[in-house]
Amino acid sequence: MHSIKSRKRVRLSFTYLLLGVVSLSIFYPLAWTIGASFNRGNSLVSTTLIPNNPTLDHYRALTKAGGTFYYFQWFLNSLKISLFTMILSVVLVSLTAYAFSRFRFVGRKNGLTLFLLLQMIPQFSALIALFVMAQMLNLVNSHFLLILIYVGGQIPMNTYLMKGYLDSIPRSLDESALIDGASNTRIFLQILMPLAKPMLAVVAMNGFTGPLGDFALSSVILRDPKAYTLPIGLYNLISDKMGASYTTFAAGAILISIPVALVFILLQKNFVTGLTEGGTKG
Amino acid sequence: MSNTEQQGHSHARIAAIMSIIPGLGQFYNRQIIKGIIFLSVAAIYLRGFANLFNMGFWGLFTLGTEVPRDNSIFLLAEGLIALLVLAIGLLFYYLNLRDAYKNGEEIDYGLKTSSFGGSVKNMFSTSYPYLLIGPGFLLLIFSVIFPILFSFALAFTNYNLYHTAPAHLANWVGLDTFKQIFTVDIWRSTFFDVLGWTVIWTLVASTLSIALGIFLAIVVHQKDLKLKKFWRTVLILPWAVPGFVTILIFAGMFNDSFGAINNVLLHAIGIKAIPWMTNAAWTKVALLFMQSWLGFPYIFVVTTGVLQSIPEDLYEAALMDGATAWEKFRSITLPFILTQMAPIIITQYTFNFNNFNIIYLFNNGGPAVPNSTAGGTDILVSWIYKLTMQSNQYALAAALTILLSFFVILIAVLQFRRTKAFKEE
Repeated sequence: MHSIKSRKRVRLSFTYLLLGVVSLSIFYPLAWTIGASFNRGNSLVSTTLIPNNPTLDHYRALTKAGGTFYYFQWFLNSLKISLFTMILSVVLVSLTAYAFSRFRFVGRKNGLTLFLLLQMIPQFSALIALFVMAQMLNLVNSHFLLILIYVGGQIPMNTYLMKGYLDSIPRSLDESALIDGASNTRIFLQILMPLAKPMLAVVAMNGFTGPLGDFALSSVILRDPKAYTLPIGLYNLISDKMGASYTTFAAGAILISIPVALVFILLQKNFVTGLTEGGTKG
Repeated sequence: MSNTEQQGHSHARIAAIMSIIPGLGQFYNRQIIKGIIFLSVAAIYLRGFANLFNMGFWGLFTLGTEVPRDNSIFLLAEGLIALLVLAIGLLFYYLNLRDAYKNGEEIDYGLKTSSFGGSVKNMFSTSYPYLLIGPGFLLLIFSVIFPILFSFALAFTNYNLYHTAPAHLANWVGLDTFKQIFTVDIWRSTFFDVLGWTVIWTLVASTLSIALGIFLAIVVHQKDLKLKKFWRTVLILPWAVPGFVTILIFAGMFNDSFGAINNVLLHAIGIKAIPWMTNAAWTKVALLFMQSWLGFPYIFVVTTGVLQSIPEDLYEAALMDGATAWEKFRSITLPFILTQMAPIIITQYTFNFNNFNIIYLFNNGGPAVPNSTAGGTDILVSWIYKLTMQSNQYALAAALTILLSFFVILIAVLQFRRTKAFKEE
C-alpha cells in the first residue's frame, strides 16, 4: 500500500517538474521579449530579463513613422487584410461547401476532385505568376489583389473541411424543413449554419491567421513600405539595421502578440471542437 | 429494334446537328426565345473575344517576335487567358448541344417542350447549386488556377534575367530546364542538397512536434494532476502568439553575438558561444528546436480532445485483465490516438515540407554557401523564393515548383485516401 502511494508521489513530482521546465521554455522567450521592449538603448547586449531602468521609449518610437518605418500603418494593413480575408472566406466557403454537401449536380464530382487537387498544390506554386500578374494589372502594392489571392487560397482546403462537417449533419433535418415549406436559402442560413458553428470558427481562424502570418506571397506584391503588412515590416526592420533596432522590434512584437494571443485563448473552445471533429492543418 | 430506336431519336439528333451553330437546334425544337438567346450569346462571344483569341494564340505560340514591341511574359499570360476563355466557351457549346438534344428527345417522345417561362423556372432550380459555387469558383480561377497554370507554363520557357522585356524575348524551350536541373553540375548538386535537407527537415521537425504534443497531452491527461486548465492554457501559448513574431524573436535570441542563448543560458552553464547563425549544422539544430516549440501545441490540443473521447470501459476491461499502465498505453491509448489522428499527423508533414516562414525569417535560409544560389538551410520553397525574388531565375524556379508540387501531391494523396470526406464520394 505504502509503495503504491510513494510511486504515485514520484510520478506526480516528475510530472510537475517536467511541466515546470516546459512552461519555463515557453515563458522565457516571451519574458525576454517583454524585457527587451522596456530596456534602455537599442542593443540587446545589455538586456536583462527585468530591466533595471524601465523605459517606454521603444513603444513611443513605434508611433514615429517615417523613412521605411510605419508600424501602426502595418498594423492596420495586417488587420484589414486579415479581417476581409476572414469574412470573404467564411461566406464563400460555406456557400460552396453547402452546394457540394447537399446538392447533386452535373460536374459535382469533377469539382470536388479539382478542389482536392488544388488544396494539395501549395499556393506557393503561383508565386512567380503573382509577381508578374501584379505588374501586368498594375496592382503592385494593392491590398485588394492580395485579399483576393488569400481568399482564393483559403477556398479549396476549407471547403473540404466544411463539406465534411456538413455531411455529418443529418439530411433529415433539411428534409423536414423543406416539407414545412422552408426555402433552400432559409435551410442553409437558419438550420445548417448554426449547427456548423464549430467548423465556421475553424474556417474563420484559418482565414484570419493565414494572411496574418504570410510572408512569401505578400512580399511579392507589396513593395512600398507604407503598404507592408506586419511580417514584412518587422522582418525588414530587423534585417535592415543588423540588429540595431531589436528593442523597437520587441515593443512592436509585444503590441501585436498580446491581443492576438488573448483573442486566441478566449476563442479556443470554439474552434477546438471543430478541429478535433474535422481534422485540419496546423 | 435498332431501327426503331434510331427513328425514335431522329428529332434529337437533327436538333443536335443543327446546334453546331448555337441556337438553330433550339429553333428546330420550336424554342424561339431560347434560340435567339443562344445565337446572340455565341455571336457576342465570338465577336468580343476574336481579338483575344487572335492575339492570345499567336502570342502563346511565338512568345513574341519583335523587341521592344512584344513582351513574352505578357503574351504568355494573354495566351493562357485566351485558353481559359476558350474552355468556358467550349463548355457553353457543349451545353448548347446537350440542350438541343434533350429537348429534341422530348419531342421524339411526344412531349411538349417547355415554354420560355418554364425553361427559366427550370433553369433556376437546376442552377441553384451553380449559383452557390459560382462566386468562389470564379475567384479560384482568377487567383489560384490561372496563376498556377501560368507558373507551370513558365517552366517550359527560358525566362530569366537575360530574357526579360523590353530588351529581350523569351522562348519555348520544352523540357530543357528540367534536363539542366539534373545535368548541369552546380544545379544538380544544389538541387539534391536542398532536397535532402527538405526531406530530413520534414521528417524530423514534424515527428518531433508530433511526439512532443502527444507526450505532453498524455502527461496533462493524468487523472490526479492538479491545475489541468492552467497547464493546458500555458501549453497552447506558442500557438497563440503569431508564428512570424516568435520566429523573429528566436532569431534575436539565437544571435551569435548578442543573443540570450549564447550570452545568458549557455554562459551560465559554462558553454562557449555557439555559432547558431553562421554554421549550417547549428542553424539546423536551432530550426528543429524552434519548430518543435511552435508545432507541438496544435498536436497537443487535438490529442487532448481524442484522449477525452476514449471510452472509459476499455480501460476498465484492461484493468480486469491485470494490464499494467504501460500495457494500457501501448494497446489502448496509442493505437486510438494514431488512428484518430492519422490525417492530422500527415498534414503536419506536408505543412513542414512547405514551411517557408521559419526557414526564411529565422536566418534567410542561410548561412550562405559559396557558389550556390541556395543557403545552407534552404528547403525547396525558400530556394524557389530566392530564385524568383533575388536571382530572377524564373524558369528554373518554375520547373522546381512543378517538381515540388508532384512531391506534395504524392504525400497528400496518401493522406486523403484515408479521410472521410473523400471516402463518401
